[in-house]
Amino acid sequence: MLNSRLLSLIRKEFIQIWRDPRTLMLILFIPIMQLFLLGYAATNNIRNLPMAVFDQDRGPAARALLAAYRAADYFDIAFDVDSEAQIRELIEAGDARLGLIIPPNYSAEIGGNGSAKVVFVFDGSDPTATSTALAAAQQIGWQHATEIQQQRLSRAGVPISGEMPLEIRTQVWYNPDLVDAYFMIPAIIGMILFAITSILTATTIVRERERGTMEQLIVTPIRPWELVVGKLLPYVILALTNTVEVLVIGSWWFGVPVRSEMWVIMLLSSLFLVTSLSIGLLASTIANTQQEAMLTVWMLLLPTIFLSGFFFPLEAMPLVLRWVSYVLPLRYYLVIIRSLLLKGTSVSALQNEVIALVIFGIVLMTAAAMRFRKRLD
Amino acid sequence: MKLIHATNLTKTFGGTTAVDDLSLQVRAGEIYGLVGPDGAGKTTTIRLLCGALRPDRGDIMVGGHSMIRDPDRAREQIGYLSQRFSLYGELTVLENLRFFAEVRGIPRSEWHDRAMEILEFVGLADFANRRAGQLSGGMKQKLGLATALVHRPRVLLLDEPTGGVDPVTRQDFWQLIIKLVAPSPPTPGPSLLSQIGRGGRGGEAGEGGEGGVAVLVSTPYMDEAVRCTYVGFMCEGRLVVEDKPATLRRRLEERIVELRGESLTKLRALAGADENVESVQTFGDRLHLRVREGSSGAVIGNLKKSARQQGLEIHKIETIPPGLEDVFIALLETSNVERET
Repeated sequence: MLNSRLLSLIRKEFIQIWRDPRTLMLILFIPIMQLFLLGYAATNNIRNLPMAVFDQDRGPAARALLAAYRAADYFDIAFDVDSEAQIRELIEAGDARLGLIIPPNYSAEIGGNGSAKVVFVFDGSDPTATSTALAAAQQIGWQHATEIQQQRLSRAGVPISGEMPLEIRTQVWYNPDLVDAYFMIPAIIGMILFAITSILTATTIVRERERGTMEQLIVTPIRPWELVVGKLLPYVILALTNTVEVLVIGSWWFGVPVRSEMWVIMLLSSLFLVTSLSIGLLASTIANTQQEAMLTVWMLLLPTIFLSGFFFPLEAMPLVLRWVSYVLPLRYYLVIIRSLLLKGTSVSALQNEVIALVIFGIVLMTAAAMRFRKRLD
Repeated sequence: MKLIHATNLTKTFGGTTAVDDLSLQVRAGEIYGLVGPDGAGKTTTIRLLCGALRPDRGDIMVGGHSMIRDPDRAREQIGYLSQRFSLYGELTVLENLRFFAEVRGIPRSEWHDRAMEILEFVGLADFANRRAGQLSGGMKQKLGLATALVHRPRVLLLDEPTGGVDPVTRQDFWQLIIKLVAPSPPTPGPSLLSQIGRGGRGGEAGEGGEGGVAVLVSTPYMDEAVRCTYVGFMCEGRLVVEDKPATLRRRLEERIVELRGESLTKLRALAGADENVESVQTFGDRLHLRVREGSSGAVIGNLKKSARQQGLEIHKIETIPPGLEDVFIALLETSNVERET
């Protein structure tokens, strides 16, 4: 299979990649850049949201409440204001993300076995951050209220054991600290495999046609399949190199666990690669210029990333979009790579996804090869 | 020996017929020039001959092998330079040659000597390690020729190889083509150079005087067409006329009148009014009149007389030997007239 024509094609392709600094940079550094960007930036963990407080009470109980909120690092009590209007101004300006209003008689009510109401206002323009902050504000408030209740009971002479009647213990498996990077980094591998291989294979083939070298190749004894393999294999090797690159940095720098055998990861990644290569090959048969090829792939890339469970959980999507996600090979690969890295799942447990990828690979490759042949004639 | 033998080639794209029942032959040692207006089907013809396109009908024999039934053997015989040919700019001159040698199945032990010999031949030996992207236009053209020659083809198909190249480089390029078809190289010597284009491997074809390649070249330049052994004129997919350049020119013997004078515009109108004048073409400071057979004397006499009457000055008026350009303009006009009627 590896005859001398094929080897010459592959060597030629590597020389071209090596001597084209822009492509080389794209291939080697973009994955690292994306890794760091998404590893750090794509996080839902909320820390130190700026908060404005309108404390009309200024008594000891109010100070205790504020101390409870200050202790949790969700909030940063950045502004002490004198009116509700000021809270509105600060939130509108974007300086504060939430406000707390403590009523004038707060300390009196709390101290005198009464009941007090405090009000939180949130900036809802960023629902993700706000829903986290909302939950945190409620949680901290509940805890503080429980402490006050316990103090009242003990003051009334009711003996209280140290324990609550109901305790909820949580265990998070695979990613106990809920580090977002552990979720994102496997997905980045999927995105890189998809983007690099499909864009580069599409453009490299179209470039031969654009330059007129394709015609020179057609009249040589090179077979169409040799041409396809010779053009694609270098990018397969590069994409797998990128996979290792991302895995190494992901595990050393971000501490992402790698709980499966390397060869299993590589094998299943190669399976996914077949589908992206086919998409690139198909795009090359549609496009006449490199720009067209690039655009065609981009048009596929965006929905793929948004609908494959890359950022947003598939379970949260409307039913129609979930159906759409079934035709995206990346969807299956993301399940596979996340499971392999974080859970160390056995291949047999992933058989549905693997079978789906095999089917997609066969269908897409056949379609691409047929169109490619036709385009040559 | 017929190295290219195409019969009844037809190729349609959608509804348009690009090549229509075309037959042609090129023998070893011949240069066949394909000329004709843009869109006449020259490029499609060459792409059919080299096997980049499959004809709807007809057959192509290249060096005795059918392009339809045995495309691999047929392609082995062909060196092809496409119209917008280009090379891999990131690869050096030598690497380009190596690549095309290797995909043509030339053994590892041979490609380097062969590549250097061809580079010597086209005059690029000093640039072997330069990136192809950094060569001048003319050098790229020569490198293109070199890559087409690396497997010692017996048939060379060149699609407008000198398009957009300066006259001096065009001259150089044609000298190379002429050297390739010449049965014995002008400079005798033990050089391997004589084997380029000799067909076969190791020069067995070099002995019997059958050497030399068959070249088919399309060109928009008439001065290039004149250098060809045969010229074929294509129009709307068909080969309208095919002959030796000298024979073609003889068709218009005594029928081209050259005229210089003041003012050219008025003289042009005057000449156009003469019913014996079939067409008038302006070539810079002179007019070429194509006149009816046997009427050149009358046309010259009439024009001199009427110019004097209108106060126009004729510096020079005489019949000249027709150029190929005149012949093709005549052919083109005749075929247009035929189409309209």
